[in-house]
Amino acid sequence: MEQQLGSPKEIKKINETLWEIPTTYKKGMNVPARIVATKKLLDNMDAGVFDQITNVACMPGIVKHALCLSDAHWGYGMPIGGVAAFDADDGIISPGAIGFDINCGMKLIKTNLTFKEVEPKLHQLVNTFFETVPAGVGCKGFVKLNKQQFSNVLEQGVKWCVDNGYGWKEDLERTESNGCISWADSSKVSDKVISRGMDQLGTLGSGNHYLEIQHVREENIVDKDLARKFGIFKDQIVVMLHCGSRGMGHQTATDYLKIFDEAMKKYNIKINDRELACAPFNSGEGQDYFKAMACAANMAFANRQVILHRIREGFEKVFKQKAEDLGLNLIYDVAHNIAKIEEYKVDGKKRKLIVHRKGATRAFGPGNKELTSIYQETGQPVILGGSMETGSYLLVGTKKAEEETFGSTAHGSGRTMSRTKARKLVRGDKLLHDMEKKGIYVKSTSMSGLAEEAGMAYKNISDVVEAVDKAGISKPVVGLKPIGNVKG
Amino acid sequence: MGYKFLEDIAIADVAFEAGGKDLKELFESAALATFEVMVDTKKVKHKIKRKIVLDNEDLNGLLYDFLSELVYLKDTYGLVFSKFNVNIKENKIYKLKAEVVGDKIDYKKQELRSDVKAVTLYRFKVEKVKNKYKAMIVLDI
Repeated sequence: MEQQLGSPKEIKKINETLWEIPTTYKKGMNVPARIVATKKLLDNMDAGVFDQITNVACMPGIVKHALCLSDAHWGYGMPIGGVAAFDADDGIISPGAIGFDINCGMKLIKTNLTFKEVEPKLHQLVNTFFETVPAGVGCKGFVKLNKQQFSNVLEQGVKWCVDNGYGWKEDLERTESNGCISWADSSKVSDKVISRGMDQLGTLGSGNHYLEIQHVREENIVDKDLARKFGIFKDQIVVMLHCGSRGMGHQTATDYLKIFDEAMKKYNIKINDRELACAPFNSGEGQDYFKAMACAANMAFANRQVILHRIREGFEKVFKQKAEDLGLNLIYDVAHNIAKIEEYKVDGKKRKLIVHRKGATRAFGPGNKELTSIYQETGQPVILGGSMETGSYLLVGTKKAEEETFGSTAHGSGRTMSRTKARKLVRGDKLLHDMEKKGIYVKSTSMSGLAEEAGMAYKNISDVVEAVDKAGISKPVVGLKPIGNVKG
Repeated sequence: MGYKFLEDIAIADVAFEAGGKDLKELFESAALATFEVMVDTKKVKHKIKRKIVLDNEDLNGLLYDFLSELVYLKDTYGLVFSKFNVNIKENKIYKLKAEVVGDKIDYKKQELRSDVKAVTLYRFKVEKVKNKYKAMIVLDI
């Protein structure tokens, strides 16, 4: 089977970066599907993306449009890089429109160190993180918890970490939702969820998850004023983290996918893809999942927070200075697989919506009341993780995103090639060597896993950033070049 | 019949087709393929056994539950498996009894690959074609 590329001929151009597939395209579409992309990105998207997003447009109670962002690629159920909003009173909730890795997300930490200061110690630093942040298949963390303590993590998120010595108070306001989704209820997750996840706090996982040391090159600072406001300066070293809720979240989604698959019969809901199984948001099943999903989101916030603690410890060990003196402050932590209740204007009327983001980042603009005071003026930091070869970006959210894309933007560069194909074309050991020659030191638990993440398997992140910038749904601040990477 | 990884489906994840002359062979092939994603199963010794007992009125549901259970055991007990003995009886509902054999995860001895987070229901399908069984499965990576 050949990978088919490109959009269906029925697609209409709204403007240079916005495209629409009308409801006449597929039987059962309740709203149009919209894609935020340049022509170049659109032409290179897999046909699977358009099939999947138009399936999402058929879901009951979907509001305004089913949305694909410029990094969209073919996933399961909903495409990765997708957003769908449903009415909070009579709409649905769907685990498949969030993903199995609930609250997979990004963290960006700054330092006051320069490239020159870090370069001589780079190997030592990466090797330290490779030892202290467990990665790869089935990895276990260092925080030993009993069931009650783990339930507290699920209900309190980052607050639990800060209370237990794994963070600073300021980390709370620099995390989406202050690092705690308040409606979490650990009685809504199964014993299997607890037993699968309780040893995994502070672990990276595998796939495309990573911990990366990055360099701020002067030529990559796009917006000097915003960069200064975020404490970004030329030649600075920053640390980026990409991971999620680990087995705990995966098991939560697995459990509820089955429950929802059954509930569909009960509520007489018909959809095009079983992976998009859904239930009314206000049904027993819907509310139980919403509370369980919140637990998984809190686990992910806590997981990244405990890793932040390890990052601070690692820098302290290598540089023999206190983390506070090294300026290891969090810029932001943001989720990209989650559903939340947010208010948006639809046809001129304010409505409470349940916004599903799967591989999409919240991108609130300046003045949004949900943001901490330190980001009221700038807007919310948005972290786009690129491939380990080409780099990542820090952007900010905008008012236009709140008006047009349910306050959402892209989350990364998006794959263009399957893992299976990448593994055939790339050898992990050769890639490791080539990357070292380019000045990127990588430690990975898996050579084939590394090959799957080769830069050639991804879209060019600059193209994705260009599209969201032109569309006005986020504004680039700085491009970040990898120099060291720990990969699961 | 075994299994075959598909290059051009669900590109961020892993898709495969498994087959067998009967349900036993189909389930064993699908389980082996799932662990091949995570590890070189030839390097996983047969040291630790686990038993799995499941029933389901639907064959799709039975395979989904079986593979999901294996993924659960991997994280919870830190195990990878390389040998599967599955028995399925059909009497109004499907009843599965399996013995799965493997070892503790060991980075030094086994060639570990990408972790499987979950079994998805995307295009999930078990079919009987000319007295043989085949299934299509997409795993979340």
